[in-house]
Amino acid sequence: MLTANTTQTIASDRVGDFEFSAFEREQIEHAIHHYAEPRAAIIDALKIVQSQRRWVPDGAVYAIADILGVGAGDVEGVATFYNRIYRQPVGRHVIAVCDSIGCFLMGFDQLYGSIQQKLGIKPGQTTADDRFTLLPIVCLGACDKAPVLMVNDATHFNVTPENIDSVLEQYK
Amino acid sequence: MTSNINVGLTNVGPETHPLTWRYTKAGKSVLTIEDYEALEGYSALKKAVAMQPTDVQAEVKASNLRGRGGAGFPTGVKWSLIPMGPDAGQKYLVCNADEMEPGTFKDRFLMEELPHQLVEAMITAAYAIGASKGYIFLRGEYIIAGERLNAAIQQATKAGYIGENILGSGFNFELHVHLGAGRYICGEETALINCLEGRRANPRTKPPFPQQAGAWGKPTIVNNVETLMNIPAILLRGADWFKGLSQGKSPDAGTKMYGISGRAKITGLWELPIGTTGRELLYTHGGGMADGYELSCWLPGGASTDFLMPEHLDLAMDYDTIMKAGSRMGTALIMVVDDKQNIISAVRNLEQFFARESCGWCTPCRDGLPWTVKILESIEAGEGQEGDIATLQQLTRFLGPGKTFCAHAPGAMEPLQSALKFFPAEFAKGIKA
Repeated sequence: MLTANTTQTIASDRVGDFEFSAFEREQIEHAIHHYAEPRAAIIDALKIVQSQRRWVPDGAVYAIADILGVGAGDVEGVATFYNRIYRQPVGRHVIAVCDSIGCFLMGFDQLYGSIQQKLGIKPGQTTADDRFTLLPIVCLGACDKAPVLMVNDATHFNVTPENIDSVLEQYK
Repeated sequence: MTSNINVGLTNVGPETHPLTWRYTKAGKSVLTIEDYEALEGYSALKKAVAMQPTDVQAEVKASNLRGRGGAGFPTGVKWSLIPMGPDAGQKYLVCNADEMEPGTFKDRFLMEELPHQLVEAMITAAYAIGASKGYIFLRGEYIIAGERLNAAIQQATKAGYIGENILGSGFNFELHVHLGAGRYICGEETALINCLEGRRANPRTKPPFPQQAGAWGKPTIVNNVETLMNIPAILLRGADWFKGLSQGKSPDAGTKMYGISGRAKITGLWELPIGTTGRELLYTHGGGMADGYELSCWLPGGASTDFLMPEHLDLAMDYDTIMKAGSRMGTALIMVVDDKQNIISAVRNLEQFFARESCGWCTPCRDGLPWTVKILESIEAGEGQEGDIATLQQLTRFLGPGKTFCAHAPGAMEPLQSALKFFPAEFAKGIKA
């Protein structure tokens, strides 16, 4: 059974060269205060690291476990459960294309095909210049303006094979 | 195709549109506390804190407000199950703002355009149930809603509506926006609580129900955004007024955010009396189907509802009527499927969504949904085997209500079972001779 101490031992062996920045540490410690137990801040911590490094490296999982006093397996369990936590490096911009029914009915297939063709990548891949990673996403809650996609934090509505270039151009 | 809110509606006022009248009156988003207060903002809270919490609960119960997240459980009944009194201890109020049901786009609008209305509703609801801490469990992708809600919380705190001894009532309340990280199952209330606690969002066994043991083991009420946003108006104008909003149309009370997506002429959102028919929605507000397209079938309220056919358009869209027709009202945002759409492909898309979003907790859902997708893919490709349709029929039973840990798989089976019922020829066409 993992105890707080053994977790820490494993963490220090495995963290390698990962260290929180002062900003990350401060943000994570701040997040803990919103909840009755520190483990509730796991998602916040993962997102804080990801916002700084684009993805969550192994070392961060152990470091988060350490700072929150939970098992690294618990952090990894959460990190791999949620769609928007990346456990592999992604490009500078992540394109998340809604593939749910609203967009599907309005031409998702053509749009998705067109993006893959333009970027020369399949879903889950990153372009060679590290500019874009392409991923599917669950319904983005804008079915009246389908097809919809997100690039990083921005949602784009009524995207078609015809206007996709002008959307992607905004992201260098 | 255009997209609209409240298109073609006249006399949009507080008397008829408890949810959206402020937006229409202002002609734009109501984001600042000054703009919100100028439109009766926070006056329901002032009225509530002068009442006993149980009287606020009683008013909501009398209003017959049913949960707008999809299941339609009476809100007042849910509230009345929470322990009250001086020994009740720590309690939580959680707003389910994890809108991920494909076809549903109402909560995004409400939160982005009227953030203070949700904040006021939550403070008021928290007062009624005696919760000193609230969370808005917000979908992580709703960036703008998050910014606007956080700003509204800050303004409300500064104005003394959040914090200690609110309006001199002795009531203390803190409110925090908790951002999710994306999984459909988080919309299930016990899975949502697990996620809030920093766990994988697997649903929990019920009982105990969250009202007894929810977040961190404490009594917790989970309500949808739209449900909560009705609360201020119910308190200001009373339960009878709220019930009267649907008068003559439905036994259910109030209005509903209805919407249209798919190939309709006009897609968008409308706040209409509950019980409005699908026909009025599609033809009066949506302008009918887009040119060149006919209506094949429709989903009444999201991916987890059974398809309905054109002949069902004249039914009142309320919980019981749609249930009697063999479907569920769900979130009441209808999705129209046009005659040029291959229905097998549409069902395959729906089942792929559910298969991908299964939390994996129970075997029927984890294994049954990918199996369903595999069969549908082969039928879609015209490579279906003899017996495939019978297997799909069986799966709708094996993954149906009572066979799985939560409602995810039964929800997934709803569009499939109705497609099998209404489109047998299309399925048969996909079976290899």
